[in-house]
Amino acid sequence: MLGRTANGLYWMFRYIERAENIARLVDAGLRVSLTRAGSSDEDWHGVLESAGVREAYSEVHDKMTAADAVDYLLRDRTNLSSVMSCIEAGRNNARMVRTALTRETWEATNEAWIDLKARMSRKLKAADLPELIGVIKHQCGLIRGAFHGSMLRNEIYNFARIGTFIERADNTARILDVKYYVLLPSVSQVGSALDNFQWESILRSVSAHRSYGWVYDGEYQAANIADMLILQVQMPRSLAYCYEKIVSNLRYLAEDYGGERLTAHDTADAIRTMLKRGAVSEIMDQGLHEFLEDFVYRNNQLSAEISDGYRFYQ
Amino acid sequence: MLTAENLPRPPYKNYQEWYAAQDTAHLIRKTQDAENIFRRTGITFAVYGHADSSEKLIPFDIIPRIISAREWRKLAQGIEQRVLALNAFLDDIYHKQEIIKAGRIPRELIEKNVAFLPEMIGFKPPGGVYTHIVGTDIVRTGEDQFYVLEDNARTPSGVSYMLENRETMMQMFPELFTLNKVQRVEDYPRLLRQSLAAVAPPGAKGKPRVAVLTPGIYNSAYYEHSFLADQMGVELVEGSDLRVLDGRVQMRTTRGYEAIDVLYRRVDDDFLDPLTFRPDSALGIPGIMDVYRAGNITIANAPGTGICDDKAIYSYMPEIVEFYTGRKALLENVPTWRCSEPASLKYVLENIADLVIKEVHGSGGYGMLVGPTATKKERSDFAEKLSARPSNYIAQPTLALSTVPIFVNKGVAPRHVDLRPYVLVSDKVKIIPGGLTRVALKQGSLVVNSSQGGGTKDTWVLED
Repeated sequence: MLGRTANGLYWMFRYIERAENIARLVDAGLRVSLTRAGSSDEDWHGVLESAGVREAYSEVHDKMTAADAVDYLLRDRTNLSSVMSCIEAGRNNARMVRTALTRETWEATNEAWIDLKARMSRKLKAADLPELIGVIKHQCGLIRGAFHGSMLRNEIYNFARIGTFIERADNTARILDVKYYVLLPSVSQVGSALDNFQWESILRSVSAHRSYGWVYDGEYQAANIADMLILQVQMPRSLAYCYEKIVSNLRYLAEDYGGERLTAHDTADAIRTMLKRGAVSEIMDQGLHEFLEDFVYRNNQLSAEISDGYRFYQ
Repeated sequence: MLTAENLPRPPYKNYQEWYAAQDTAHLIRKTQDAENIFRRTGITFAVYGHADSSEKLIPFDIIPRIISAREWRKLAQGIEQRVLALNAFLDDIYHKQEIIKAGRIPRELIEKNVAFLPEMIGFKPPGGVYTHIVGTDIVRTGEDQFYVLEDNARTPSGVSYMLENRETMMQMFPELFTLNKVQRVEDYPRLLRQSLAAVAPPGAKGKPRVAVLTPGIYNSAYYEHSFLADQMGVELVEGSDLRVLDGRVQMRTTRGYEAIDVLYRRVDDDFLDPLTFRPDSALGIPGIMDVYRAGNITIANAPGTGICDDKAIYSYMPEIVEFYTGRKALLENVPTWRCSEPASLKYVLENIADLVIKEVHGSGGYGMLVGPTATKKERSDFAEKLSARPSNYIAQPTLALSTVPIFVNKGVAPRHVDLRPYVLVSDKVKIIPGGLTRVALKQGSLVVNSSQGGGTKDTWVLED
């Protein structure tokens, strides 16, 4: 496969994944503003921070309002991580690698772009947001479904999957890191209404507020929430799950390429081992924020090693 | 579709019967369906200079254009003769230049032509083929009366529309294909791959490795490039994927560099090799021309074939065909005034209201004047440009073009069309029975280019 094609597949799926995660973040943010007495527009700072665009936002907007924040996150083209920008970038990458995609996968991607572009061509009304967010998740789900149902399990599939999980791991780590302080034992008062509310919003951002109950049956606890998002290998958005997938897809590539292992394989294995052996108590003791910062750095490093190793650019 | 007596022309007989039984509202819906198919599939093109509408659909008309087997045979013979003459002409001007020595064509028209590449002098491309893929634009003026409007020997585009139009028609109206025996066009990608593989450099080992070179996703014909690569099952590459290593053109893959034997390039000559042509080109491959001249890659179409698209050269086609085939041209040229000749220029300026005036290097319907429909001001402005640089222009009469029916909301209406059949040249010549019919959608208009609001329709060549 061309290095540029591998790059296009990798980024196509990173962008589709990011679009969906941003939609989920906005969803959690809206939920907060609906359910919490005394909530304010200031709450959107945290959402923008999780999306990694807080500074960029303040360059365009003087004050923080819910409407501006939502617009910036969903449809502003100057925000390269807005849902619309991601869908467009994902679709441009799909166009570039079209010969590597099944017709179903391409058409699902193209239709998502056509549909969302039409829906987001005008300023959004608050009343339309729940439906729009539903449509974004739905369209991303259709792309994923077409992809899973029709693509050969070969190197094309592997590069797409690696892109998906590198992005997802990054997103989950950032969501946790923005709220890490509410999970610290020193400040959290177990069972307080404020904590319950904060924790639920974290779980909602990764669509895990229901599954939490199945895994940990019982009350929200800071350590359990951190455990679920970092180490719980059954949870499809946890760091541990993402690294299971990254490692296995990298391994398929190595097998496909006659056993050729790259630096990226060692890096991914090391991160996976760390997540597999880790205990949440140790992570909390050593500092959740430091742990997450380090993870995001290593995750990025792995991304760069994959780009180099498989000749994405040169 | 109709004869002078208002009866359906014979090839349209079955279609006409079917059409008469259709409900107009149903056909309007089908037109919508077709548009949706094109939009969903992403069959779009880009119009340069329109930032806001960067991807557009080409309007598709649901009524096929139907050509009888007899008419097609006549046309195909003429096209084959012309394509062989074009290749012989290219070989001659880059070698012995006998046509110039024989005084049949002026030397300066060849050697001063911007599309003439001195780099090709004395070089014979693999298999001796210059124009591997040719699109010949044809217009019909009456029964068995065809004229060649222009030759596209450089990089004819639009073949993906020929294929998608057929696909769409078969999806929407399967019953029509049992009522009519329509010759297949679907083999084109397979034939193209065979044809390209057949002209691989002699040194290529095993199955020749073919790739399509595109300028990238922002090019107006990108859809077609990816479509053809996909259908042929070959890589779609950009200049940045390629480099010259060990005397071969190689593409960067996830496993390292792999050599290419045949490059079907959809990038213009100027951009092909920054070391030989435009140094600012980011689309090309530095050093590819050296590999080419060393006989280690086939470039299709060969660099320097663009001279055949020149409209001044076109005016010499009857001489060119006769010179190389020893026979009169089977297909007629549209009478053409070369404005470089003072007497012609005078005539053109005096009759500007009746003529179509084109730039010799123009394409895509840009930079031309259609005298009969132009305003007075447009004509006088154009006359000024023409007088300033006469050798840049040619002029042709507007032909009494035949029309074909298109579907409009009220039923059918006549419109002018042209036809671009596609020809593949390797050790043999293959003409795909069909082609791209372009329609001037505006009533009375003669301009069919998609960049100027033209549409397309499926083209049927019937079996006997």
